Amino acid sequence: MNKEIVSIIQKDQLYNLMLKGERADGRAFDETREIKIETGVIEKAEGSASVEIGDTKIIAGVKISPGTPFPDTPDVGVIITSLELIPLASPEFESGPPREKAVELARVTDRGIRESGAIDLKKLCIIEGEKVWMIFIDIHVLDDGGNIMDAAALGSIAALLTATIPAERYGLGEDAPLPMRDIPVSVTAVDIGGGILFDPSLQEERVANTKLTVIPNQEGAIVGMQKSGNGSLSPDQINHIVEVACKKAQDIREKFLEI
Amino acid sequence: MADKPEKFIDENGIRSDGRRANEIRDVKIEVGVLSRADGSCYLEFGKNKVMAAVYGPREVHPRHQQKSNRAIVRYKYNMASFSVEDRKRPGPDRRSIEVSKVSREALEDQIFTEYFPKSAIDVFVEVLQADAGTRTAALNAASVALADAGIPMRSLVSACAVGKVDDTLVLDLNKDEDNYGQADMPIAMTPDGKITLLQMDGHLTQEEFKQGLEMAQEGCRQVYEMQRKALMDHYSKKTEVLSTEVTAAEDVKGDAPEEPEDVTQVEVLEDTEDTKKIDDTNETGDTKETEGTKETGDTEETEDTVKAGDVEELEDSGEEVPDTGENADETDGQMDESEEEISNE
Repeated sequence: MNKEIVSIIQKDQLYNLMLKGERADGRAFDETREIKIETGVIEKAEGSASVEIGDTKIIAGVKISPGTPFPDTPDVGVIITSLELIPLASPEFESGPPREKAVELARVTDRGIRESGAIDLKKLCIIEGEKVWMIFIDIHVLDDGGNIMDAAALGSIAALLTATIPAERYGLGEDAPLPMRDIPVSVTAVDIGGGILFDPSLQEERVANTKLTVIPNQEGAIVGMQKSGNGSLSPDQINHIVEVACKKAQDIREKFLEI
Repeated sequence: MADKPEKFIDENGIRSDGRRANEIRDVKIEVGVLSRADGSCYLEFGKNKVMAAVYGPREVHPRHQQKSNRAIVRYKYNMASFSVEDRKRPGPDRRSIEVSKVSREALEDQIFTEYFPKSAIDVFVEVLQADAGTRTAALNAASVALADAGIPMRSLVSACAVGKVDDTLVLDLNKDEDNYGQADMPIAMTPDGKITLLQMDGHLTQEEFKQGLEMAQEGCRQVYEMQRKALMDHYSKKTEVLSTEVTAAEDVKGDAPEEPEDVTQVEVLEDTEDTKKIDDTNETGDTKETEGTKETGDTEETEDTVKAGDVEELEDSGEEVPDTGENADETDGQMDESEEEISNE
């Protein structure tokens, strides 16, 4: 109850700011918060990255081990992405199996990596139909400051880019870097009263009804999208978000990531 | 699973199932097919077969989920284990959790939830047979079922996917196109052009995306006309049945002057309050009977069935399309009244 009353006041405040072309933290509509990426933070993991976007903090870890391929794709490696919203990160998160919000975040993160073909899965086949490398991407959210989506996607691709296949440990030849060939970057925007705000803060995310995530690849094509939240968007708004997102993704890529 | 076809589109621009790039599959919509549900819809979209049921507004269980100022909407998308080639393990998986979430979000804003505080509106969709595009088929059925349940809505929601095969954008992917295609983008939209669901995976350039969005919108418009027609047919038939009954009764009155006793009886009764009640019960009783026969009878099936071709007819007629919102408002009025009655008692 309390939260709802606050959010109406916040809604008014953010809406009025939006009408003036402003945001609560002084950013421009299409301005992202400061991004910090650190890779190799967990030595035990085959690849890892910690990402901060504003107050939001996540850690992504990649574990790689041999396993059995799926029967319908006997000659390619396997990607399994999961994300947990642990109670440590926010008073709103509860322990237990992932709820729909966590499932959605994990699946959209997975979609970006899978559909962009970021990992050359064909090169992960050890013995066709019997043994392939399985890539487990696990994302732990440590602090929810809004826009976990982009942080999770950024963390997982950064972790993958630094990951090593632990072939020696399993007696399967020499260790080698993970065969990467694309860098998808997720860019999310919310709609507040008709204004489109990129990289929403927690407050903005709460107040907004609608969120759109766009995941462009290296060449500026779109490999994944997801509308979230119970509002709607006009085609013009969507086209605007796509356009800005493709530019933003390129900026972020140039600044932080390389194969 | 069939292997990847060499070509999805032949030199004449015809797809493997005989459609052109901008054609949707045949759609069949039946309204009010379940007896226990407050609203229901059976829908076929190509080889997809889905059944949607709506319960509510009703009490919220568990209690703590209820909202003091509005109804909560719950949406359960479930695939039958036999709906796909390799048996699907029953129960929710991550995919169906996500589909349920985005579908609920696609509908929620169109429902006047604020009219039903502390209650729940439950939407259940069962995918009986899956053949690419189940989430859009499910959403289309759910939207019709909500209208059938008399849930006041701002508008219907219509959904359709667009995708890319052989570097060409195509509307409403079939199974092969979905499995081996280059992109898949389901969208849902209201008739006034608000996009309420948008997902995408695959590979689309910005230009392709723009075009695809427009194509999908056109697909949604076609679906909308079919949903609307199915609802109109279903409910106009009910009214027709009612009015035929009335005329038939009048005919009997006129044709039977030989039995003056009956006539006087009718006349006398007409002046009293009781008659009205009797008449009302008769009418509703009769309708129910005919409803029952309609649901089970196969004669109506062809009429309830809406084929893609029908849409053009509707479009050509340039007929003004009233929003379902109007109908919904009416229903709502009735509901309010009945609620008042209850509270007065």
